[in-house]
Amino acid sequence: MMKNNEQLTKEMFQKVHDNFEHAEKINRPSVSYWADVWRRIKENKLAMLGLILIISLSILAIIGPYINGYSYYEQNFMEKNLKPNAEHWFGTDQLGRDIFTRVWYGARISLFIGVMAALIDFLVGIIYGGISGMASGRTDNIMMRIAEILYAIPYLLMVILLMVVMEQGLWTIILAMTLTGWIPMARLVRGQVLQMKEQEFVQASEALGAKTGWVLRKHMIPNTMGPILVNVTLTVPTAIFAEATLSFLGLGIPAPQASWGTMANDALDSILVGNFYQLFFPAILISLTMFAFNVFGDGLRDALDPKLRK
Amino acid sequence: MFRYTLKRLGWAIVTLWAVITITFLLMHSIPGNPFAKEGTMPEAVYNNLQHYYNLDKPLVVQYGLYLKQLAQFDFGPSLKSKTITVNDYIVNGFPVSLHLGMQALVIAIAFGLIFGVIASLNRNRWPDYVSMVLSIIGISVPSFILATFLINFVAVEWGLLPVATWSSWSHTVLPSVSLAMMPMAYIARLMRSSMLEVLGQDYINTARAKGIAKHMIIFKHAIRNAILPVVTVLGIITANLVTGSFIIEQIFGIPGMGEMFVKGIFNRDYPVILGSTIFYAAILIFLVFIVDIAYTFIDPRIKITGESK
Amino acid sequence: MSNILEVKDLVVSFHTFGGEVQAVRGVNFSVPKGKTVAIVGESGCGKSVTAKSIMQLLPKPPAEYKQGEILFNGDNILAKSERDMQRIRGNEIGMIFQDPMTSLNPTTKVGAQITEGILKHKDVSRKEARSQAIELLNLVGIPQPEKRVDQYPHEFSGGMRQRAMIAISLACEPDLLIADEPTTALDVTIQAQILKLMKDLQNKTGTSIILITHDLGVVAETCDHVVVMYAGQVIETGTVEEVFETPQHPYTKGLMKSVPRLDQDKKQPLIPIIGSPPDLMDPTEGCPFFARCEYAMEVCRDHNPSFEYMGGNQHASCWLHHPLAKASE
Repeated sequence: MMKNNEQLTKEMFQKVHDNFEHAEKINRPSVSYWADVWRRIKENKLAMLGLILIISLSILAIIGPYINGYSYYEQNFMEKNLKPNAEHWFGTDQLGRDIFTRVWYGARISLFIGVMAALIDFLVGIIYGGISGMASGRTDNIMMRIAEILYAIPYLLMVILLMVVMEQGLWTIILAMTLTGWIPMARLVRGQVLQMKEQEFVQASEALGAKTGWVLRKHMIPNTMGPILVNVTLTVPTAIFAEATLSFLGLGIPAPQASWGTMANDALDSILVGNFYQLFFPAILISLTMFAFNVFGDGLRDALDPKLRK
Repeated sequence: MFRYTLKRLGWAIVTLWAVITITFLLMHSIPGNPFAKEGTMPEAVYNNLQHYYNLDKPLVVQYGLYLKQLAQFDFGPSLKSKTITVNDYIVNGFPVSLHLGMQALVIAIAFGLIFGVIASLNRNRWPDYVSMVLSIIGISVPSFILATFLINFVAVEWGLLPVATWSSWSHTVLPSVSLAMMPMAYIARLMRSSMLEVLGQDYINTARAKGIAKHMIIFKHAIRNAILPVVTVLGIITANLVTGSFIIEQIFGIPGMGEMFVKGIFNRDYPVILGSTIFYAAILIFLVFIVDIAYTFIDPRIKITGESK
Repeated sequence: MSNILEVKDLVVSFHTFGGEVQAVRGVNFSVPKGKTVAIVGESGCGKSVTAKSIMQLLPKPPAEYKQGEILFNGDNILAKSERDMQRIRGNEIGMIFQDPMTSLNPTTKVGAQITEGILKHKDVSRKEARSQAIELLNLVGIPQPEKRVDQYPHEFSGGMRQRAMIAISLACEPDLLIADEPTTALDVTIQAQILKLMKDLQNKTGTSIILITHDLGVVAETCDHVVVMYAGQVIETGTVEEVFETPQHPYTKGLMKSVPRLDQDKKQPLIPIIGSPPDLMDPTEGCPFFARCEYAMEVCRDHNPSFEYMGGNQHASCWLHHPLAKASE
């Protein structure tokens, strides 16, 4: 450390006065919370892959059914069980329908169900959990007991029962799924609200005379949004999975509409006669979609965790 | 401790009652008549049938009679066959489903824990990436897809393992693996994050400062604490196994309760649907109860909080 | 050999996402046998990293011991294998951590946590270990030790947990005890009790202690020597009297002015040190205290001062003590 000793001159030992200017300087630029979240998601390659897959699947769900000129319901008995070829890119099924067109039509149904179920769970959960958490005491207790009992009923069992009872159709599936699906969200929201009420910065803000609305907007919502957003993201694959399972059991979307689950079910017999491709495309797409939402949700959770903020 | 157990048991019974009531009301709210499909039948026969199944009585009376039946563990007769009761279905199907379920549960827990622990101990190195890729695939591929892929490749194309029917142990391998995959992946992920959290705790440093060897710390301090969150989700995992088994039994042609349930759905055999739903729910509620009680033994802290609740 | 521990030119880095953080940058100090040495400094100055380096408790990676030696009884600890370290930890060097609420395993009985170390290092039966644990609990002032030994940490209060922690760290009568902010998480009244307990035990056993703290009151009361750290470096050392009475480094002077003292004039205000420590991700070439120093000179901007002897037992690193600085005054 004294290696520069020879070069030391008397002038260097003059007092300086400008050194304090940098004393309060913060060394790293401060970034807003969401910008920081976005930066961390971008660093997470798996999460970005998930996001790109979600976007591509959504785009293909919109334009996919129109690309090669076939329709999802049009049957052609002359072209049954064709392997993938130049005309039918993913082949045809046992009724001669174009699988390429059908999988993207199925993507619409599956994604629509997934997103709608997540949205409805989100809305109901926020309202129920929010009221329960804000009310506290007796109301809270009763509301949570009801939720607890409903939640003890196995999810898929409940959905299957409802599908038996109600008329088959798209909205029935969504209704069946959201009938108990909102409960985890409600519990999460309630937990977050209760936690927030106890948080010192919220109490500090209230002590400083902040209005409820301001506390809600400035502190509660930004700090509770993280886990809730993650939960919404992870509800989508759960709903897609439930729909696929229902359709696979034959309780899902009625024909001629198609979802990935019904297509997989239709294809089940065909694998025994060697037409594995009929199962392959819907199966891969279900898996890819679930993969995409799961890794994106995971990445979002990691990115939102302020404890990891460096 | 005793009071806590009693309280939990009370909750389990209330929950079961709620499930019974909801399912009963759902089944009886179906428009139309269960015998409508039978085509034309003489009025007398129809009336007899209505009477036999108590369908001519008011709903409240039917509900009361059904509860009374259930209290004697009698799920009533099937609609489709007067000689077979729902109890017969359960007695025949349940042992098979239990076998499949237990086998899958053991696979899921054992491999889930192993993968989770290995991943956490090798964080951001290849064993971590391998187990996490496997578990992401595990939660992304629905069991029925995995099952059909396994049938197509392992059984049909390569002929390694037999499928269809439930005659020997080798027949049980593919169904068990298909059923276990998703809960296994779930446990592995949970165990990994739980282990990582525990490994960052101060008491791990305390143990290291005592000079305890690394493997002893991992077994005595880390895994012991990290396993707690996994125990709490065992109830949910079992629920997923049960519902997952409907499909797996269907695909592999396994004569279990799941297959019977699915058949009941297609035959619109309401007593079978009602009976098996209640039976499934009862098992799950019982398991959750057991897990709750077991948890108080594993985590010494819960006794205090449990009782003061 | 009168020093039980000598840390020589220790450099420790952490490899993080954002780059290399030099948490400890050339630390030198020694601990005389049977004495208590305080390491003081602001949060993030490298106190805890230095302490954990002595025990080699830092996870590698991300931590890396880049250079230097830690001589314990004349042996370089940094050169020892993990197996050798396991023999030293708990046996020859004990450690107490900051937060007693989290440093005990919640699912293991307190007694078992004490006997674990005893069984590891000493050739005793379980029964003997257990009676030793009871004895230790008694020694650290826990009433009804026969009953307490079978209880879980959550049944102990914070102060009791820290006592139990001390019992764990002293179980094998170590030559050196490292206490990493042992009283920070405790109530003030409990703090005094714990410090008194440590002092009493030291008188009984003759253990040397390294006390890491940012509480100068604690230092004045319990310690013999002081090591002042700033931004990963030792900037001043000496006996408690020397450092408190005649601080040589502007940072130490600032510290002394920023805390209240009983003997000081009531009207004399407390003066905070403005600013915050530098970013260790990208440290400057010059003196790390430059930006906060009221005596800063041109030379401080680009040249880090070396650690110089100040007389008595005192050392400090500051250009103000350079002959040229004295000449230009």
